[in-house]
Amino acid sequence: MKPLLDVRNLELGLRHGGQAHRILKGVSFQIMPGETYGLVGESGSGKSVTSLAIIGLLKKPLQTLGGEIFFEGRNLLALPRREMRSLRGNRIAMVFQEPMSALNPLQTVGRQIAEMYVQHQGRSWAQAEKMAVEALASVRVPTPERRVRDYPHQMSGGLRQRVMIAMALACDPALLIADEPTTALDVTVQAEVLKLIRELCAERGTAVLFISHDLGVIATMCQRVGVMYAGCLVEENATRDLFVSPQHEYTRGLLGALPKLGSRRLHGRQRLVDIDSFIADRSRLTETRFIAPRNSVSGEAG
Amino acid sequence: MDAPLLSVEDLHVRFPLSGSWFGRGRKMLHAVNGLSLDLAKGECLSIVGESGCGKSTTALSVMGLQEPSEGSILFRGKPFSGSQAPSRMERAMAAQMVFQDPYASLNPRQTVWHSLAQPLRLHNVTARSELSDRIERVMHSVGLTPEQAERYPHEFSGGQRQRIGIARALILQPEIVVLDEPVSALDVSIRAQIINLLLDLQEEFGLSYLMISHDLSVVEHMSDRVAVMFFGQIVETGPWSAIFSDPVHPYTRRLIATIPDPGAVLGLSRESVVEGPAQAPAGWIFADDGSSAPDVTVGPEPSELVEISPGHFVRLARS
Repeated sequence: MKPLLDVRNLELGLRHGGQAHRILKGVSFQIMPGETYGLVGESGSGKSVTSLAIIGLLKKPLQTLGGEIFFEGRNLLALPRREMRSLRGNRIAMVFQEPMSALNPLQTVGRQIAEMYVQHQGRSWAQAEKMAVEALASVRVPTPERRVRDYPHQMSGGLRQRVMIAMALACDPALLIADEPTTALDVTVQAEVLKLIRELCAERGTAVLFISHDLGVIATMCQRVGVMYAGCLVEENATRDLFVSPQHEYTRGLLGALPKLGSRRLHGRQRLVDIDSFIADRSRLTETRFIAPRNSVSGEAG
Repeated sequence: MDAPLLSVEDLHVRFPLSGSWFGRGRKMLHAVNGLSLDLAKGECLSIVGESGCGKSTTALSVMGLQEPSEGSILFRGKPFSGSQAPSRMERAMAAQMVFQDPYASLNPRQTVWHSLAQPLRLHNVTARSELSDRIERVMHSVGLTPEQAERYPHEFSGGQRQRIGIARALILQPEIVVLDEPVSALDVSIRAQIINLLLDLQEEFGLSYLMISHDLSVVEHMSDRVAVMFFGQIVETGPWSAIFSDPVHPYTRRLIATIPDPGAVLGLSRESVVEGPAQAPAGWIFADDGSSAPDVTVGPEPSELVEISPGHFVRLARS
């Protein structure tokens, strides 16, 4: 089976005075149709810029310096802007961390969802606004016919994120990029939003690129996980294998640094791993990579 | 048992809502409704709950930054709030706070040295040698070098800034440190370092922590006792082991069940403690199961905290 998204040796960074400074140092990964793939890493590891490069929203001075991003057989980096625009929101959609800054404060949420249908499917506004009510209902917003008339500030954080998901899934994209979609939410609301993304994407067969710094959230959501460190994908494996037997030194340090629920009950309070003393030489971390061969995990999804 | 270092008794905090006409028919937002807790010397008590449950308001009341509407706060048996409250200077010696975002709580135009020296000067430590000595010691204890005190807050990384936030809280050698989401703004690896540091400092100086957090895995790791808050009330409180291995209240169980913990999700750790419906002890019902948000402008239904095992209390109503 052919991958839906094939990122090959992606390099990006900025050029200054004839010199290239690389932020991503050759990242490669593939996402199969319907698969949920997680990118996990700390701030500055390059996970968000990777997603921005895929959806074509890199801002100057950041630029791609090399590599290819194949999506449905086409190289996104070579695509004219017009075509990228018709793809964005339509075949590839994105949910951001902060719904308040991603939504337009001056338009009702119904109007903003309807715009997706007008832009990408050529519907009339009247028709599109009816479809927006259905879209809100599909993300389980109570009384959607009233809620479409709300402005973003009238909604809670959880509801706003539901609106973002409704917008993102409006045109039935093949790939949904979710960049820390629940980081700003309370735990119980987070659980609901994660469940919603999981169920809707499974129903529609949408592949998800899920970006998070939270290993627990990644474990809940993803079938395969890539661990990023300093612009490199240092380890990639099926989720369960990654957590059970992390191979790369950095992954081991990261997992040890995490307080695990129930571990104090079983083993008493153990000192958390201090990644700086655990890893002798950070500069050599990116020299080794551990990429597990793709196994049956993605097979069942396709 | 020793007398508690800090005790909060029947604390109520209410805020007026707008739209009143000269106070007539004025609606009040009930942020904290009859909260009582004790903090012993050297222990870490965590208050957990979601945004808006009143945990930060409680912390601000302890710090003297929010006047209680009713109830009292006692420090070593003496009033710590109300008309007989100690002066701000004395209060500062007793309790200090570490904030979630250290950058927002440090003056960007002062070097760290000045930020640390200022509270000492206000407390009549003015000799240059003593100032330097105490700043040096506190910098060492939070894992920074004294030379770094000459820098400005923007020159530090997030983890280092939180270390400075902790140094600032410790410089007056308080007995109580209120930790308001001390690690939630930090990356996983930095978070581990700060958690380790906080536990080391607690042991070294015999500090009492009142920690506000929504991250239950951090709470389980750090706390001696836990209080779960829901809309201004404690719904369950007890030793950390009781709360995490035998949660009774439906809200506590729901909170624990929703934590995305890798071990639980992948079925690597022992089976979940929160399977099956919550059971109230015979003769009692749960006054509020925490499944829906109550009206915050009226007080809660009558209920009481019932001790179901030593030190483990659950909010129940008579059936």
